[in-house]
Amino acid sequence: MPAPIRLRELIRTIRTARTQAEEREMIQKECAAIRSSFREEDNTYRCRNVAKLLYMHMLGYPAHFGQLECLKLIASQKFTDKRIGYLGAMLLLDERQDVHLLMTNCIKNDLNHSTQYVQGLALCTLGCMGSSEMCRDLAGEVEKLLKTSNSYLRKKVTLCAVHVIRKVPELMEMFLPATKNLLSEKNHGECELVPQLVRILKNLIMSGYSPEHDVSGISDPFLQVRILRLLRILGKSDDDSSEAMNDILAQVATNTETSKNVGNAILYETVLTIMDIKSESGLRVLAINILGRFLLNNDKNIRYVALTSLLKTVQTDHNAVQRHRSTIVDCLKDLDVSIKRRAMELSFALVNGNNIRGMMKELLYFLDSCDPEFKADCASGVFLAAEKYAPSKRWHIDTIMRVLTTAGSYVRDDSVPNLIQLITNSVEMHAYTVQRLYKALLDDISQQPLVQVASWCIGEYGDLLVSGQCEEEEPIQVTEDEVLDVLEGLLVSNLSAAVTRGYSLTAIMKLSTRFSGVNRIKKVVSIYGSSIDVELQQRAVEYNALFKKYDHMRPALLERMPIMEKSASNGPTEIVQTNGETEPSVVDSKHPPPVSQPANQVGALLHLFLNLDLHDTFGMRSNSFDLFFRANPNPNVAVITIHASNSTEADMTDFVFQAAVPKVSRPNPAQIIKCLCFEVLIHGFGVFCVGLQCDFLFSLRMRIKLTYTLKGSPVQDLAEVNNFPPQSWQ
Amino acid sequence: MQFMLLFSRQGKLRLQKWYVPLSDKEKKKITRELVQTVLARKPKMCSFLEWRDLKVVYKRYASLYFCCAIEHQDNELITLEIIHRYVELLDKYFGSVCELDIIFNFEKAYFILDEFLLGGEPQETSKKTVLKAIEQADLLQEPRHEYFNVPVY
Repeated sequence: MPAPIRLRELIRTIRTARTQAEEREMIQKECAAIRSSFREEDNTYRCRNVAKLLYMHMLGYPAHFGQLECLKLIASQKFTDKRIGYLGAMLLLDERQDVHLLMTNCIKNDLNHSTQYVQGLALCTLGCMGSSEMCRDLAGEVEKLLKTSNSYLRKKVTLCAVHVIRKVPELMEMFLPATKNLLSEKNHGECELVPQLVRILKNLIMSGYSPEHDVSGISDPFLQVRILRLLRILGKSDDDSSEAMNDILAQVATNTETSKNVGNAILYETVLTIMDIKSESGLRVLAINILGRFLLNNDKNIRYVALTSLLKTVQTDHNAVQRHRSTIVDCLKDLDVSIKRRAMELSFALVNGNNIRGMMKELLYFLDSCDPEFKADCASGVFLAAEKYAPSKRWHIDTIMRVLTTAGSYVRDDSVPNLIQLITNSVEMHAYTVQRLYKALLDDISQQPLVQVASWCIGEYGDLLVSGQCEEEEPIQVTEDEVLDVLEGLLVSNLSAAVTRGYSLTAIMKLSTRFSGVNRIKKVVSIYGSSIDVELQQRAVEYNALFKKYDHMRPALLERMPIMEKSASNGPTEIVQTNGETEPSVVDSKHPPPVSQPANQVGALLHLFLNLDLHDTFGMRSNSFDLFFRANPNPNVAVITIHASNSTEADMTDFVFQAAVPKVSRPNPAQIIKCLCFEVLIHGFGVFCVGLQCDFLFSLRMRIKLTYTLKGSPVQDLAEVNNFPPQSWQ
Repeated sequence: MQFMLLFSRQGKLRLQKWYVPLSDKEKKKITRELVQTVLARKPKMCSFLEWRDLKVVYKRYASLYFCCAIEHQDNELITLEIIHRYVELLDKYFGSVCELDIIFNFEKAYFILDEFLLGGEPQETSKKTVLKAIEQADLLQEPRHEYFNVPVY
């Protein structure tokens, strides 16, 4: 059989292939040749064949049939064989395959080989991919080698030992005595564990030029960084160690040349160390100032690490970081996406009552111009910050308006109910808000959250709009018809989502009690009674019923919403930072905490509250929900208005409210009038009411049953109300 | 360091060194995804990115991307220096190294890497020492040639 082709020859040949198919053909042919060569147990060319196999493996082709051959190569006496064999083992084998254990004996022998380069190969392989079984078996050999006087080997053994300890932590004790000796060595390769590091580090930075280990004028930066890292580990929870390091850390921080990346690398490691250990405040300020200087560096990599580190420390060293606020804000304009993101997160973390106006200006400008991937997070951040620190209600509303109009389509769905709640509670701003929202609608109806909030507001405060009551700015002149035009426009527009249409239909309906011209509204409502959209149809039918049969209830039902209690916030959580913690919790702050309520616990899920305008409120609490009633003292009808909100993040569907009252002996027993349901509880809130027609006048009892589907599971809840106040039927 | 990958601008892998145990399938998947991610980066972007739960440091030298995945507590800036040191070693060894050198002598690139890093950490910080060790090891290869860059296999 002719000699198998050489490695380089094969590489050259494969590279001439013009198509993937051609390459595959060549590879298959060669693999077949290699396979038969392996079968013949050819020692001479095994090395060559395995080398070729490794090349093909790198191209992505399967090479598992070469695994055993690698083992044979390792066992060979020839250095060339061993070299390729160990390489093959590292590339083709891994600890998941039992085959790798067969290496253990070979490695053991090679660890004791007479040639240091063979020992080196074995150490390298063990230190790179040794499984825990292998490490356990060979730990003794490694420990023995630690005592060698051969400096070439000692550094390899040390790192190999590190790997062993990582894999099998219990073996650490075994290595401790040996490592103590390592430190007194002059050779730079193996300073690994334990004290006296301060002294060594000091020597390093003070000592003269050592050309071998030098990088751009800094002596052995790799070693310096390693020592600093070690100091970090040692000082982490130890006050005394930390104190002992203070001076040297300050020294490194001030003396290191920063013109090249390598100097900055050392400074960066120093900063990381200072932040992690129990350092004194002066040192921490020094560290943060270094980071501040990094922010001004031309090198974007340096700016990036600075922002990342500042983000980690902003909770604990808030004031120190505040000093660099303007530089951080400038980074919002950086070209690099990762830098922008970090600058944004950091900016939000730095917002407080004092700087809110200035910061918000910058952040809103950023929101305008940033990439779409940022807009949702930025918008949420703006809302949160505005809520916490708004200097005035007017400013707050203006800020919200700005976000809705510039990034309206990126705003999160849960913002809509939150905003509505906010607007409702800012009573004195209603006129201003509805006016601004109306004007925004005239400009643009494509951004759904904006449209939804605007529709809702117009529905609620349309009367303020047409009466031109705005104090904050010049009131606009708008007629009832114009308003209805806009709302109807939303109903027919292709741009409106189904949910939005629901909002606008309801808004139109609400205006029937606020506007004088009702006929138009009646017409619209009746048209949509035959809408294809089931949701719209249902609403329209119910509203129609309201016009026809229950017209006397209509004013009460469509009254102004009361001030709502704040439901559970589901905005971003704070970045939690404990001293010494290097893991950033930044990722967590983007996701709201998971809702982990069991499906059968209605509990906090429903908030039912009440229209407070006219009469006494009363209510009841069961273990499952709060129920507030308001009764309208109409002679014939006790109208009970119930407002509900869904404060979970999931939708509640198939919502059914049923109420029953006991039959009484009076001639006209109480009758429950059809229950109407407005905005369905799509993780926001809804309004529904029950009309009760009864003309008996003593204490009323009502049984209530709620059923709905939450996250796919049906939920049912029952309650009884029996504390209706006397006024409700007088 | 968890792993290092070298790949061309067309996404062809030239070297892969893994310091964590993963199945072949996982390695392939990671490689594919990471290569795509890095190649999609624009020139003005910084050399670091967050990928899955790791930090990735990459730098382009001529037609090759050098890409390292490090853990959260590792120093990105010094990783850049590690990459640079490796490139310098290759350069010294091959004499003005180019991608073709690494393609045709991939096993040597691995040997050099294994003399510089062990278990993901630099084992020797002196350039001279590393190169000397390689030189000596090359001389041990059979059949012994006067010039170690003549193909042995």
